[in-house]
Amino acid sequence: MSPLTGYLLLSAFLFSIGLAGALTRRNAILVLIGIELMLNAANLNFIAFWRYGPHPEALTGVMFAIFSISVAAAEAAVGLSIILAVYRHSRTTNLDQLNSMKG
Amino acid sequence: MSGSLLAYANDVDQIFVLAKHWLLGYVPGPLEPITSAILSVVPVMLAFPLLFAITTVLERKGLGRMQNRYGPNRTGWFGILQPMADGVKSLTKEDIVPRTADQLVHYLAPVVMVIASFLAYAVLPIGRNMVIANLNAGVLFFFAIGSMVELSVFMAGWSSHSKYSLLGAMRAIAQMISYEMPLVLSSVVVIMAAGSLSTVTIVNLQAGYTGIWPHWYLFTPWGIVGFVIFMIAATAESNRCPFDMPEGESEIIAGYFIEYSGFKFALFFLAEYLGMFATSAMAITLFLGGWAAPFSFLTWIPSYIWFFAKLLTIIFMFIWVRGTLPRLRMDQLMNFAWKFMLPLSLINIVGAGVWHFMPAGFVRWGAVSLLLILSCVLLSRGLRRNKWFHVRTYRYAT
Amino acid sequence: MTISFLLLAAITIIGTAAAMTLKNLVHCVLALTLGLVGLAALYLELGAQFVGFTQILVYVGAVAILAAFAIMMTRSAIPTLSNAESSFRASGSLIAVLVFAVLAWAVYTGTSKQAILLAPPEGSVAQVGSALMHHFVLPLEVIGLLLTAALVGAAIVAMDEPRAKQTRGRQ
Repeated sequence: MSPLTGYLLLSAFLFSIGLAGALTRRNAILVLIGIELMLNAANLNFIAFWRYGPHPEALTGVMFAIFSISVAAAEAAVGLSIILAVYRHSRTTNLDQLNSMKG
Repeated sequence: MSGSLLAYANDVDQIFVLAKHWLLGYVPGPLEPITSAILSVVPVMLAFPLLFAITTVLERKGLGRMQNRYGPNRTGWFGILQPMADGVKSLTKEDIVPRTADQLVHYLAPVVMVIASFLAYAVLPIGRNMVIANLNAGVLFFFAIGSMVELSVFMAGWSSHSKYSLLGAMRAIAQMISYEMPLVLSSVVVIMAAGSLSTVTIVNLQAGYTGIWPHWYLFTPWGIVGFVIFMIAATAESNRCPFDMPEGESEIIAGYFIEYSGFKFALFFLAEYLGMFATSAMAITLFLGGWAAPFSFLTWIPSYIWFFAKLLTIIFMFIWVRGTLPRLRMDQLMNFAWKFMLPLSLINIVGAGVWHFMPAGFVRWGAVSLLLILSCVLLSRGLRRNKWFHVRTYRYAT
Repeated sequence: MTISFLLLAAITIIGTAAAMTLKNLVHCVLALTLGLVGLAALYLELGAQFVGFTQILVYVGAVAILAAFAIMMTRSAIPTLSNAESSFRASGSLIAVLVFAVLAWAVYTGTSKQAILLAPPEGSVAQVGSALMHHFVLPLEVIGLLLTAALVGAAIVAMDEPRAKQTRGRQ
């Protein structure tokens, strides 16, 4: 089992942990954290392929990971501000209770 | 004769490096990496807490003299054994943890803060060839570790489950995050000029001399502005006066570590001072030439002596500012960070770029200085809300 | 599979698993921070220094603090019953396990016969910088615009609504 396989398996495991959290937890903030975790698992994939794959001098994996981190940070900021606005309106962050579009 | 004197001075300069290599000769092969790491790390971990102890005495004596009183002078000659007394006191005090506090997080907060503060010393070159880890992205490592301190402040404030500590933690985090931007941006000018993020490279580039004048980045217009911005932001990052609203002793008592007593409080104190030293050392590395001597005829003095001399000078400036200036209010602090320091540091980057592409001489000094002075004046007028080009009037409380 | 990889992988898995299963939300955020620091250490192990330190700077220094603030401002820090129980626990976990099975099968069959590069590549910061300025300059500018728009939008969405009917009594 090569090192690349080890890293890819770890990345798949982290992705499924994030997916399990995003699907099962009822608090909106924890769902967002699960999504962040999935993005991080994909980043690990990119860096592992940059290190062990062909043409590492093109730095494609590193670049993609840097841009992915920036986009994930922006998305976390926007997502959390939306959760704050929803909380201000309906006084709850429990996704089970946020089930009507009526304002 | 002078050749052997120079060789002697070089030996004294490299004495720690030579001692480490000599000791490594006695260690068998496989153990060499870990012994080398231990031999590099232990002197730093001993030297800086010792400097912390000396600074506590210096600060209390210095502040006392500035306030026209003696500082502590009961323990030993001129109070020099005061740190020992403080240490014994904090170790023997009862460790009170509130019953409703979150025990694990309450315990871990000072630990995380001390770890983050110690880790920052890994990339600081204390002397010639004396750095623990010559990382390729050293400056980035330093700022990344500095951002871990905010997390520990949050842990401390929240885990105590007390209104005052939470409020103090929120204020402290807001202040630290706001001042992190000018801190990082003002170091970008040095990175641009040096072309590398490695602290060793940055210091080596400043270690040359033209005639007797050094090549420090401080002696350029963007260097002066960058240094001033960096030091102001470093004062705010370490929660020192005039930015110590989060731990203002006269109003919120101790802010986010109000529920800590005994040894944990001492750990927070240690971590705060170590952070102050680390940021000062980074300022020395970036702007003041690191371990390089100020004049070319003084290079026979060892490099680590110069480093600690510069560090002590900056610590004295910190103490001086603390004894002189009043505390800034929270909104004044935030306005200052976002509306003055951040635009000024961005314009500083532009100025450094202009400096790089103009030919050397008086013209580029004049052009860049004019740009920076103009922007400084305009930004500070802009902070005064509609009072552009007004005669400054003062009101006294009646 | 060196010892350092196994240790860091264990830290990361423990941190992220704890982040998704703990009841106290602030503990979840702190465990997530541990997992992300483990990931940053894995990036350093793989030789990508810039990405590793950027991960710590962005995630630990900003995103974790943002999540913690959001938890406190939405008052989710009190462990209530609604945080503890989860309605789709069984089916959600089953889906996650299935996804992991499919991914693991794909990884095994895809990389077992691949020749991998064993010499560590040089991803120095100077190369990253020149790549950003030459080859990737368009994504760099777009990211700048995206971040500006996202942060301004987030600030506007999260701001208090202007209370126009409030009397300005004190002036």
